[in-house]
Amino acid sequence: MSKQEFTLTIYTENKVGIIGRIAIQFSRKKINIESISGSPSEASGIFRFTIVINESEEVVRKVCRQLEKQVDILKAYFNRDEEIVWQEQALFKVATSKIAEQASVERLLRQYGAKAVVIRNDYTVFETSGHSEEIDGLTEALGSFGLIEFVRSGRIAIIKASEGFHKKLKEFESEEPVSEMVENEFLDKQEKIFTM
Amino acid sequence: MNTLETNKESIIETAEETAVSTQLSGSQAVLEALLAENIDTVFGYPGGAIMPIYDALYDYNDRLRHILVRHEQGGIHAAQGYARSSGRVGVVFATSGPGATNLVTGLADAMIDSNPIVCITGQVFAHLLGTDAFQETDVINITTPVTKWNYQVTDATEIPEALAKAFYIARSGRPGPVLIDITKNAQIQLFDYLGYKPCHHIRSYRPKPVIRNEYIRQAAELINQAKKPFILFGQGVILGKAEKEFKDFIEKTGIPAAWTVMGLSALATDHSQNVGMLGMHGNYAPNVLTNECDVLIAIGMRFDDRVTGRLDKYAKQAKIIHLDVDPAEIDKNVKADVPVWGDCKETLPMLTALVEKKSHTEWLNKFRELEKEEIKEVIQEELNPTTDTMTMGEVIKSLNELTNGDAIIVTDVGQHQMVACRYAKFNQSKSNVTSGGLGTMGFGLPAAIGAWYGAPERTVVAIIGDGGFQMTLQELGTIMQFGAKVKILILNNQFLGMVRQWQQLFNDKRYSFVNITSPDFVAVAKGYYIDGQRINERSQLKDALKTMLDHDGSYLLEVMVGKENNVFPMVAQGSSVSEIRLK
Repeated sequence: MSKQEFTLTIYTENKVGIIGRIAIQFSRKKINIESISGSPSEASGIFRFTIVINESEEVVRKVCRQLEKQVDILKAYFNRDEEIVWQEQALFKVATSKIAEQASVERLLRQYGAKAVVIRNDYTVFETSGHSEEIDGLTEALGSFGLIEFVRSGRIAIIKASEGFHKKLKEFESEEPVSEMVENEFLDKQEKIFTM
Repeated sequence: MNTLETNKESIIETAEETAVSTQLSGSQAVLEALLAENIDTVFGYPGGAIMPIYDALYDYNDRLRHILVRHEQGGIHAAQGYARSSGRVGVVFATSGPGATNLVTGLADAMIDSNPIVCITGQVFAHLLGTDAFQETDVINITTPVTKWNYQVTDATEIPEALAKAFYIARSGRPGPVLIDITKNAQIQLFDYLGYKPCHHIRSYRPKPVIRNEYIRQAAELINQAKKPFILFGQGVILGKAEKEFKDFIEKTGIPAAWTVMGLSALATDHSQNVGMLGMHGNYAPNVLTNECDVLIAIGMRFDDRVTGRLDKYAKQAKIIHLDVDPAEIDKNVKADVPVWGDCKETLPMLTALVEKKSHTEWLNKFRELEKEEIKEVIQEELNPTTDTMTMGEVIKSLNELTNGDAIIVTDVGQHQMVACRYAKFNQSKSNVTSGGLGTMGFGLPAAIGAWYGAPERTVVAIIGDGGFQMTLQELGTIMQFGAKVKILILNNQFLGMVRQWQQLFNDKRYSFVNITSPDFVAVAKGYYIDGQRINERSQLKDALKTMLDHDGSYLLEVMVGKENNVFPMVAQGSSVSEIRLK
């Protein structure tokens, strides 16, 4: 099976060391993580990680099962690009003099929908968000004007077909036993992955 | 199993809340937790960072039995043996740093063989964490890949809950090892102890998947239509305490059943539908007929590569039904046509209710026919050799005659392990203790000590090679001090036999560092005040085995066997199970 880009969405307890447990599931199969981001989810105490990898579907499916097996991991989903809406964020530091002098920089920023976050005499910080290709494009273009510093975030993604899991997460906040999720239902029915 | 043990087991399932409100130290809270979980035996070794717990243990000596091992690896293997023979959780104490790192092999072994183990390790003071303090290691990160769960406690108030979770996680669902690392300050700290609440639920952990009825129905349909169905069973049957449910199922369906090394003893050896052992050194018929059956029913086993041989030529003609409590096992190695998620204690009776009563006599006869071939080519000579030197098989055969299949057989790893699994006779479950998944040489002796404490009323025979015995023989000291009545049967072929066999078959007999010399094992045992003898002659065998079994206490019997005997049949690496060689 050929490799392609998959986005994994992983819900975990907010525990010390959880990122190590997640990372092991990839590194033990020698899978490189292309991008990772993690932050609190809408439910208190539950973290949401978004991880991008290039792998075959079969391998990704197995990794997700191993992830879900970990005690502090609630759920792990995997999606192809067409099943998600995703963004990355980037910050660019450019010399203010260059922007003031060269109109093409301004045009470039308009074109990529960037906005100024900080403006100082010596430099200006712009922010933009979009797919990796868009950020790559702007980075490359700004490079020729003397990009002082650049940083981008990992991917964050929302799954198009998700209705149920938010509700489920809210139930978890009660800390009480809840009705069992049907195990790995998503593995059978990709199009309805969040049906509980 | 005697009634005392059974009762203890049922008490554990309903561990009671203990309601008291008093000041306790973290160390006392640890021991109170063990008592609340009805733990009676701990294997351990003290050291600087776990001294407060050992100090508290001084006052609990009448309620908790602590077995001082000679090495932490021995401690955890003993706990594994205890868990395997008793079905209960094995508990280990070790100190920080080297004490904790010495547990790693045992943790990996317990992880891959699904043993319920709780390890409690001491750790340096919380304020010293990350400073490279004396005997500090990052135990949590070292053990993450080899534990089902681990947790570091830095405050005594966390101890009751952390231990309740540890025991719940270790024994529920697919069991596994859990490690709790407790900093020294938390062990010393006094806190308001509010009693012990056993854990029954963790929101992010589902020990058993929800059983889906449609899969049970589909499985029953396939089984009812099958002409040549075949059952493979593993340790899941034992861990699920589903031996009876399993027997009911196979007896109603009349399907031949073969076992993995870990599933051995779940079904009595002489059951008419027991067709033997699967895998690399398994029996001829079950391996060959795996590639002839039309429906393959895998119960509580995980299609290890030693069982399947070459995967792209494994049971391709068959529909696969896979019963497992761990959803990650389904489709991991072999794609299942019908995945039956769930605890086999629950799914097997559901399946039994839906299947038709059948006998499959003709199909079963096919196994028996192939078995005759194996007897002629391999088994006859192994059990009744015409050579002067003794074979491992004939030692096991004589042992069977004396124990009648009632003993717990603990093995180490290598040729003797395969021979023991192939030929040892079993009448009851939880009687085979071996390192299956990890293949840990040195497992045998300490595991046998633990197995004896888990079932002290039974005869425990540790069958060990001359190589493996030298890896953990210091545990003879544990036997000497605490009196475990372990019968040690060393099968000495003066080689690291399994590697030598491979070098003979696949590396043109280039014997590279497999020629291992041994000390005088009997003299070593004598040094530990353990009786024993060495025999070279077949004529001495029966009497020597009888002396060993009748001896009140531990005994070491070293049997010199043929130096270059091989274990056959064999599925060579990269071969299909149906290409199994008889010689």
